[in-house]
Amino acid sequence: MLIGGLGMLAAGTFAFRLSGPALRSRIRVPAPVSKLLEVAAVVLLAALVAVTALTSGHGFGGYARAIGVGVGGLLAWRKAPFIVVVLAAAATTALLRLLGVP
Amino acid sequence: MVVRSIQRTLQRGALDRDIALACLAVWLFGLSYGAAAVASGFPLWLPAAASLLVIAGSSELLFIGVVAAGGSPIAAALAGLLVNARHLPYGLALPDGVLGRGWRRLLGTHLMNDESVVFALARPDLERRRAAYWACGLGVLVAWPGGAVLGGLLASVVRDTSALGLDSVFPAVILALIFPALHDRKTLLAALCGAGIAVATTPFLPAGVPVLLALAGVSVTAAQRAWSRG
Repeated sequence: MLIGGLGMLAAGTFAFRLSGPALRSRIRVPAPVSKLLEVAAVVLLAALVAVTALTSGHGFGGYARAIGVGVGGLLAWRKAPFIVVVLAAAATTALLRLLGVP
Repeated sequence: MVVRSIQRTLQRGALDRDIALACLAVWLFGLSYGAAAVASGFPLWLPAAASLLVIAGSSELLFIGVVAAGGSPIAAALAGLLVNARHLPYGLALPDGVLGRGWRRLLGTHLMNDESVVFALARPDLERRRAAYWACGLGVLVAWPGGAVLGGLLASVVRDTSALGLDSVFPAVILALIFPALHDRKTLLAALCGAGIAVATTPFLPAGVPVLLALAGVSVTAAQRAWSRG
């Protein structure tokens, strides 16, 4: 059962990955549409950031993670090196949890 | 041919450092994922196999979370597939020629993920887009399962892995990667609308659906385009 579920997830994910390029090579995508599709990819990623930073299941995911990601975002905006952004986000969240922030 | 393409790739200093760091971050996220899976009582082979066969972090975490909470593996797979539906628009956004041909295309398809797509789209021409996509995709193929296995092994040693704050790594990585694209005001507006829609609908909808609904944010850009042209 567990293996069946895993196989289904793996096969279905591959099908999603396969269908985008397959559709694209069958139709001619005009330049403005292609620009719009790139914006769509950024919008999906931004939504993924917001959902994984702020929520857990169907509720709020706690302040420690949200603030950690916020600190990382601030550093990225100030053009800090990538590794600084990543470590600062994890360290902030870890520190807040150490202090008892949920 | 392969050696020359690796040399060519290595010459692009800054780009490769960023990709290497992104893979390091994926590795850290993999650590937390493997640890979480084993800490919830799953055998080590599950995160190991899933990380190789699925390579899509948030869907794997969701799959394991749903099964750990008592859900059926089929329901967990459906939830994971909902989260992974975003790979369809990713594939539409990738220009022809990035994935290659023949058996390479199959591997290239499997390497499509948040990081490889965002690095590819950030490059100006096809050649560099292809190099970035493959470098990042192959890096993630090593880093993600590698992190997951090590994390699973560590879980027996470190009891409370959430104390390490590794769950902030994934959103922080993606945020840092999309920042350059957000300098474009129309893209920023669309992204903010999309993120708002996704967070606001999360309490009411199955996991994965809110992220897809965020695509409605793109209509803001489309409307602005039509306005400025009209």
